[in-house]
Amino acid sequence: MSMTVLTVDDSRTMREMLRLALTDAGYRVVQAEDGLHGLEVLAAEAPEVIVTDINMPRMDGFGFIEEVRSDPHYRGVPILVLTTESDAEKKNRARMAGATGWIVKPFNPVKLVDAIRRVAA
Amino acid sequence: MDPLAAIRETFFQECEEQLAELESGLLAMEAGDTDPETINAVFRAVHSIKGGAGAFSLEALVRFAHVFETALDEMRSGRLTPTPESLKTMLRAADVLADHVRAAHDGGSVDEAHTAALAEELKALGPDGAGAEDEGGEDDWGDFEFTPMSIEAPAAPAVAGWQVRFKPRADLYAKANEAALLLRELARLGETQVELDDSALPALTDLDPEAAYLAWNVTLSGEADEAAVREVFEFVDGDCELEVTPICGAPDGGAEGGGLDPTPDETLQDPGETLDIGALLARVQAVADPPPSTPEVSPGAPAPAVAATLAEPSPPDGQGQPRKPEAGATIRVDLERVDRLIDLVGELVINQAMLSQRVMEAGFARASGVAMGLDELEQLTREIQDSVMAIRAQPVKSVFQRMPRLVREVAAMTGKPVRLVTEGEGTEVDKTVIERLADPLTHMIRNAIDHGLESPEKREAAGKPAEGVVRLTAAHRSGRIVIEVADDGGGINRERVKAIAVEKGLIAPDAPLSDEEIDNLIFMPGFSTASEVSDISGRGVGMDVVKRSIQALGGRITISSRPGKGSTFTMSLPLTLAVLDGMVVSVQGQTLVAPITAIVETLLPKPSDVHSLGGHARVIAIRESYTPLIDVGMALGYRTTPLDATQGVALLIEGEGGARAALLVDAIQGQRQVVIKSLEANYRQVPGVAAATILGDGRVALILDIDTIVAVSRGADSLRAEKRLAATG
Repeated sequence: MSMTVLTVDDSRTMREMLRLALTDAGYRVVQAEDGLHGLEVLAAEAPEVIVTDINMPRMDGFGFIEEVRSDPHYRGVPILVLTTESDAEKKNRARMAGATGWIVKPFNPVKLVDAIRRVAA
Repeated sequence: MDPLAAIRETFFQECEEQLAELESGLLAMEAGDTDPETINAVFRAVHSIKGGAGAFSLEALVRFAHVFETALDEMRSGRLTPTPESLKTMLRAADVLADHVRAAHDGGSVDEAHTAALAEELKALGPDGAGAEDEGGEDDWGDFEFTPMSIEAPAAPAVAGWQVRFKPRADLYAKANEAALLLRELARLGETQVELDDSALPALTDLDPEAAYLAWNVTLSGEADEAAVREVFEFVDGDCELEVTPICGAPDGGAEGGGLDPTPDETLQDPGETLDIGALLARVQAVADPPPSTPEVSPGAPAPAVAATLAEPSPPDGQGQPRKPEAGATIRVDLERVDRLIDLVGELVINQAMLSQRVMEAGFARASGVAMGLDELEQLTREIQDSVMAIRAQPVKSVFQRMPRLVREVAAMTGKPVRLVTEGEGTEVDKTVIERLADPLTHMIRNAIDHGLESPEKREAAGKPAEGVVRLTAAHRSGRIVIEVADDGGGINRERVKAIAVEKGLIAPDAPLSDEEIDNLIFMPGFSTASEVSDISGRGVGMDVVKRSIQALGGRITISSRPGKGSTFTMSLPLTLAVLDGMVVSVQGQTLVAPITAIVETLLPKPSDVHSLGGHARVIAIRESYTPLIDVGMALGYRTTPLDATQGVALLIEGEGGARAALLVDAIQGQRQVVIKSLEANYRQVPGVAAATILGDGRVALILDIDTIVAVSRGADSLRAEKRLAATG
């Protein structure tokens, strides 16, 4: 039974690229288009890992991570944020909010899988 | 299709949506919108485009998007105030961004000088100005290529391995990192021997399950370099103590100082001699949940689930089903499938009509079950048809939203300040109609600004505001869609128009024309107001081309104008191109269809109504005025001698510009909704015939192109007719 990854990103292009890379690596992918939607899918699908973007409408990445971490059920779910490398500030803020790790955009599929392996079984 | 190619197409589609968001957001801000969500949406639009562009290595696009994004970031964080000037710059930047996107998609090129100039303007907006940003841009691009490394230490070839001491802090676990996984990943770099250091572990009663007590000493042998080792711990940097020391090699700059185990050998002892793991495990398991299994960690390290890991997230109970999609969900459908569906429904309608006809001919009574069943079938078929047509219906917004940019450009080129007001963007029309609306609308708006609006000086002299207004509206009216382009300029210069028309031989010098008729002269072929061929609207394309485009859509266009106040172009279009409400008539044994929308009334001519003008030209008197009577049979070549008007039926029709004529046909068969089949696609274009359809009895009936028939007949006789009318008038 393969692991489920939840990807949260408001860009359709990004979602499709993530889906392609992750299913190629054997993961099952569920998706959401912003933080609020992400919370719904999280509750419905219980993914083993979350990959989320930061800039999104309705609820951004930071809000989403904080919400997830505030729920005892999900405190142990690893969350990786998608970030542009030059943005150290965002990365730190994400970590403060409780992000487990990060993936640099544009992402390299191999690095994406490496990152997931470091945080999820 | 290669999945990546499909995603690339998705990216470009998404770019168009983002560009639209970008423009409408900036326009809203220009109009005074201060909602932070607006500027955020604008920022996200550019950010998204940049992100995707990076993934597809579209360098030029990424570079410009980055500069733009930076400026927008300044604006959304309040470091840059949105002033009319800065917003105008942003709008122009949005236009350049759009150009880059399209060039990236189509493989075209972009005006680099313009791009560079705008990039400079954007940088100048920011609080820091030029220099720093430029570096940032270059670095970013560089970073897309390289994996960031926290330490630049070169690998020492003589190193046989690494000694790693890893002591997590509580924060590490709070972020859902797991030591076991990190150790597992470390083990992929080479042979590992792991030893647990539980010296800090308190008694069970003093244990805080969320604190961090454990540490690991790992000996890694192999050829991995220090950077690779540290990369494993990249995410937990700062949430743990990490020491990486080379083994049996020249000590180099990579080693962390201090606090290191003095000799590697001590740490390589048999784990069993340092502590009783089994007992430890037993004690702990008695109270804690069973640890998750991590089979890849070498023996000696207990599954570090105990104090370290939080309980695995279990699927929440009672949370049941996934939520249903929100109301108003949409799906994407291949246009080909929709077109096929529409074709099939068209066939269905034809077949149903034929069936009805046959049943009637077979003599079933109207009240019989069969006839009633067929009535219901007809009802249902019509509903299916309407629903299917509605699938292709789209709001005109997609066409309207190209107009603001056009207005900006034309305003800039003519030096006239213009404001565009749009209404009714949500009005829906068939997709095919929308696509063919773009060109005529573009042309009319250009005209409105170039010819309709006066210069700002003239306007002020006339007591008008310097800024001209162009109004673009769409609405549904009696089963059609009506689109208007209005300007508050000087109106049509009737003297000049008449003079030009006479000059070009389009009308007789003394022809008595009403104001309305003069206005409509601009639609005549060969009439081009651009004797000064301006770069803007006079590219050899005149209003007659616009009119023909609209007619080709089955629509009509009229103009009304008031001197000094402005002009309004009104276009009336059918909601769909596929179906027509028609009046079925017979002419010399042929069955023809005339569009009902063109028919004003039907008459049975009396002898006293019909007058001859000489030759075959005739007029019919209708309530005080004379209207040309066109013998359809003769016009289409079905007969060579005219039909006695009193034996036929006259259809009073109204074409463009209110030009009226009466079509003389043999008889009226009835009114029907017919499915339009293209004659061009199946045969070729025939003058006077717009399309064809298949009737209930299976025969093909031609659909008349009213305006062409009128024009052709009128053209031949018009001058003469007018002279006669004037004489008898």
